[in-house]
Formats: sequence, C-alpha cells, structure tokens
Amino acid sequence: MVGWAIALHGGGGEIPIDLPDERRIPREMALRHCLDLGVSALKSGKPPLDVVELVVRELENHPDFNAGKGSVLTAEGTVEMEASIMDGKTKRCGAVMGLTTVINPISLARLVMQKTPHINLAFAAAEAFARAHGVETAEPSHFITLENIARLKQAKEFNRVQLDYTAPTPREAGDSQTGTVGCVAVDRAGNLAAATSTGGYVNKMAGRVGDTPLIGAGTYANHLCAVSTTGKGEEIIRGTVAKEVAALMEYKGLSLTDAAAYAVDQSGPIGTCGLIAVSANGEVTMPFNSTGMFRACATEDGYSEIGIWHNN
Amino acid sequence: MGRWAIAVHGGAGIDPNLPVERQEEAKQLLTRCLNLGIAALSSNISAIDVVELVVRELETDPLFNSGRGSALTEKGTVEMEASIMDGTRRRCGAVSGITTVKNPISLARLVMDKSPHSYLAFSGAEDFARKQGVEIVDNEYFVTDDNVGMLKLAKEANSILFDYRIPPMGCAGAAATESPIQMNGLPISIYAPETVGCVVVDKEGRCAAGTSTGGLMNKMMGRIGDSPLIGAGTYASELCGVSCTGEGEAIIRSTLARDVSAVMEYKGVGLQEAVDYVIKHRLDEGFAGLIAVSNKGEVVCGFNSNGMFRGCATEDGFMEVAMWE
Repeated sequence: MVGWAIALHGGGGEIPIDLPDERRIPREMALRHCLDLGVSALKSGKPPLDVVELVVRELENHPDFNAGKGSVLTAEGTVEMEASIMDGKTKRCGAVMGLTTVINPISLARLVMQKTPHINLAFAAAEAFARAHGVETAEPSHFITLENIARLKQAKEFNRVQLDYTAPTPREAGDSQTGTVGCVAVDRAGNLAAATSTGGYVNKMAGRVGDTPLIGAGTYANHLCAVSTTGKGEEIIRGTVAKEVAALMEYKGLSLTDAAAYAVDQSGPIGTCGLIAVSANGEVTMPFNSTGMFRACATEDGYSEIGIWHNN
Repeated sequence: MGRWAIAVHGGAGIDPNLPVERQEEAKQLLTRCLNLGIAALSSNISAIDVVELVVRELETDPLFNSGRGSALTEKGTVEMEASIMDGTRRRCGAVSGITTVKNPISLARLVMDKSPHSYLAFSGAEDFARKQGVEIVDNEYFVTDDNVGMLKLAKEANSILFDYRIPPMGCAGAAATESPIQMNGLPISIYAPETVGCVVVDKEGRCAAGTSTGGLMNKMMGRIGDSPLIGAGTYASELCGVSCTGEGEAIIRSTLARDVSAVMEYKGVGLQEAVDYVIKHRLDEGFAGLIAVSNKGEVVCGFNSNGMFRGCATEDGFMEVAMWE
C-alpha cells in the first residue's frame, strides 16, 4: 500500500519577491487552509475526485486567487470562467468554459462529467445546464473585485494582454496577485484525480479559451499520475503540458519528478509555466520556471510544504 | 529535400448499407480534395496552407459534416468548430460555437496568426471573424435538407445521434439481424455525414494538421467535441501531423492526436507503429480513426470503427481513396 498525497496551486507567474506582507500572508493562509481541508478529506477516506473538487471550490471562493470569486476581467470588463476535472482510473472528465454566473465552475465541470454524455460544455449552454441542475449562481458583482477592476484598467492602459501574475509596469500599481488554481490528489489505493479552474487572462478577448478547460493542457489524470498546470495558456496548449507528464512517464519511463521537470522546461513556455503533480505511488512534485507559484503539498509520510518562490 | 505526403478524411464509422451513389460521391469528393492538395504541394505551397485549402474545400462541399452540411444541434441550428496546427513551431488556432463563418478552418488559422490567443469561442469568435473580415453567411446556408431529415429521425429516437457511432459488427446479436448496426441506439439506416480533416507534410518536412466539424447530430447547444481541441482532434509537431475523427469523448480522454506524436517522440518508434499503438491501446471502448503524416513523407490511416472515409497520396505517386478496411 502506498500513501496518499495532495498538491494544490494558486497560480504561477512573476510574483514579486518583495510582495508586501498584506498580500502574501492572506494567500499563504488560504493555501494552508485549503491544504488542511484536502488532507482531512483524504484522511477520512474521501475519493481523490471529491477531494480535488472540494479544494478547488475553496480556492474559487477565495477572492485573492484568479478563479471563481476574484476572477480577472476580460477586455469587456466581464468575467468568463473555465474549469476542468479528470478522474485517473476511468479517465472520465468534464470541462466548462465561458461561465459568467456559476459560483463554483469546478463543480459544474464535475456535473458535465457525470450527468451528460459530453465532456465539454461552453458559454450559454453551460450556463443553461447549470440552471437545469440547480447549481448555485450569482450576479457578476459576486465575482468582480475592486482589485481586478483596477488591474483591467491598468492592462488596457498598457494595451496588452496581461498574463496571470505578470507584474504590470509600473509594478507598484498592482502585483496582479491572481492566478489559475488547481489541485491534484492520490489516495492509498492509487486512485488519482486532477482539477483546474481560472478566470483566464486580464484583458483577454471575450471568448478566449485558455489551457485550463482543455484536457491534456491544463488538466490530466490517468492510472500513472494527476497533473494541473498554470502559466501562459496559449503555450501550454501547444505543448499539451499536463498530458506531457503522463506521456513521459508512460512512453519514456521517467519518474514523476523527472517527467514533470521535463514538461515544464521543455514543453511549457519559458518563464511562465508551472504545474503540480502526484503519482499513483504517492509521490508529489511542484516544478515551475516562473518567478513564483503559490503552492502547497502534503504526503502521508509527513512531508508538507507551502511556498511561493523558489527558495522559501 | 524531403518528400511530400497528404491525407484527407471525411469521418470514421460508415453505414455498410450506405447507398452506392453516396459512396461514389464521397470517393469523388475525397479524390478532388487530394488532387487539390497535390497540385498545391507540387507548386511548393507550405503544409499549413495546403491543410487550410483542402479543409476549406471539404467545408464548402455539403457532403461531409463540416461547414455547409454540418450536423444540426437539438435546436436545428449549426454550431461548428475547427482547429489547425503548424508542426514546425507548434503554433495553433482553434474556434468553437461558430454559427455564421463560412469556413471555420480559416477562422482558426486567423486565431493562430492574428490574435494573441490560441482558441476563441462563441460570440467572441464571431466578433473576431467580423473584425477580420472573413466571409459571413446566414446560419441557414449550412443547413441541408438531408440533415433536417436526420435530425428529425434522431429526435424520434430520442437519442443523441453520434456521427457514425456504431457497435462493432462482431457483437451484433440475433436481435440485431433486422438492423445489424445501430448508431447510439438508433438503427443506422440513414446516411450521416462526418468530421473532416487533412494532414500534410511538405518537401521541407514541415508537418501540419487541420480538423473541422459540425459535431454530433442533435447535440446539446454548446457541446464542444474533440475537433477544436489541440491534442485531441488535431496535433502537429516536428515529427508528424495528425487529425482524428470518431467518438469525440474517447478521443479527448486519450488526447489521441497528441499521443501519436508522443509515442514517436518518447518511444522512438515510426509513424505506422505509433498509429497502430494508439488505435489499439488508447481508445478503450471508443471508436475512432485518424490520418497522419510524418516528416519523412510517410502517410498512415488507422481506425477501429466500421470504415473511415479517407484518401492519401505521396510524392512517389502512391494514391488511395478508400472507405472500408
């Protein structure tokens, strides 16, 4: 029997090393809280699929992370959220994109997986599906934070699409403390699951779909590993970074740690890629090539880590 | 200097009772598209341009399920999706929820070339199309009488009609003798069109792939299939270009197109072996097919479905258009 393991992230990017305490501490506390939540759930024997949904819901509800409440804004000033979830053993998966009112996109992705013959529902249809299933919804004001309104204004001033966590210029104006969120978990029986959720890019074109809802890019799980990625979506898509970890383990015989490091360094975008992964053996790894990645992990043998930058 | 190769498909899973004249029409269309691609390759047009050109032709012809002739949603409308990928720099573009753009593959190409993004969907994609000045038509343009009839039959059977989704023939029991093949619970006594795709390697060894579809007949509005998903329906790398067709959910779960390239990259095997491997080991219970080319000028078609509309040609003069095993 192997041990359980869990990892979660709140996004990666150019997180300034001098991030002020008032920004750093709430996020570290949120990571710790979510990790504790996940660990308790795993200890009480909850299936990893339930655990990753539970943890991502909590991250979505936290306004400091770019998913659910706190999602960054499109060029139109609206929120368009996306999420995906995958079960490793059955490879069943669900994904949603273009959500505007669903409080917890990850749970809608789970419903698509379990209640439809499809994998991926988008925009108005996904919203209608949410209503048909009585999923909790809210007005746009629930999702939109003052910080994100300022961030959009700033991004527009610089007339560019802003990557999650990319420090805008001038930097002091806002450190863009938002990012994709994700969770991966494995139980003692080797059951694996992965989940990822996001609001996308600041100032993204309305209708833009990133890597997060794409099975193989933002999220992947099979019998070997479970992976959730964060970073520059366009390049994560072309590298199918989450699937890359699984492919390297299966086809090249690499360990989880080596496969994940290779995927980030060779298949992902330079300087804007990170991922969390667990293996069926209960290993965990959280490589990233960006300045930082909000992350946390724990394993049954007592290892635990909460971090933001490379050395902390 | 390498040798070029091209393959096209019009979908996997074919009704064995498909009227002969429809079979002939399909073969003629595939042949015409191959010849179009061959002529372009002979005049040194790049792989990505040839892919777009050929898929446009398949979209414009109403025979297969893409562009005009797309399968209808539960509301009787058309919602198309497409993706394209250039293997040399692994650049890609994808669109979903397209309702008025005459050639979705060209919009996917524009997303790749003219937007900061890789994937645009629904009204955002339609807005982008208008800004780019692509050809726009009414949704009715895409709706054919054949498909209106198909939708009615699909609704009567109260089922989502998967494109050509049929159980393996060998499993047909005694009860099935009247209608030996069913399509997701519906007797496959009617002709259904399918996804289209094209893969090309040019003389420079550059690989590219494109896939376009109307999706499932009687699908829920907003359902996204494998065709627009990079890694699932379409993938291209330095080594190969791949376009998949069939049961979308099985293709997505396995990231089928990506896996052909991954098996080549990480197992170090050739194109044929990689295609055989993914068809055998990656589809679980799903039925699907794919076309693939390698940077060495090889071309391979693989499927576990009941036939696949396909055609391929190489610079050596090999050319084949086929439907069955």
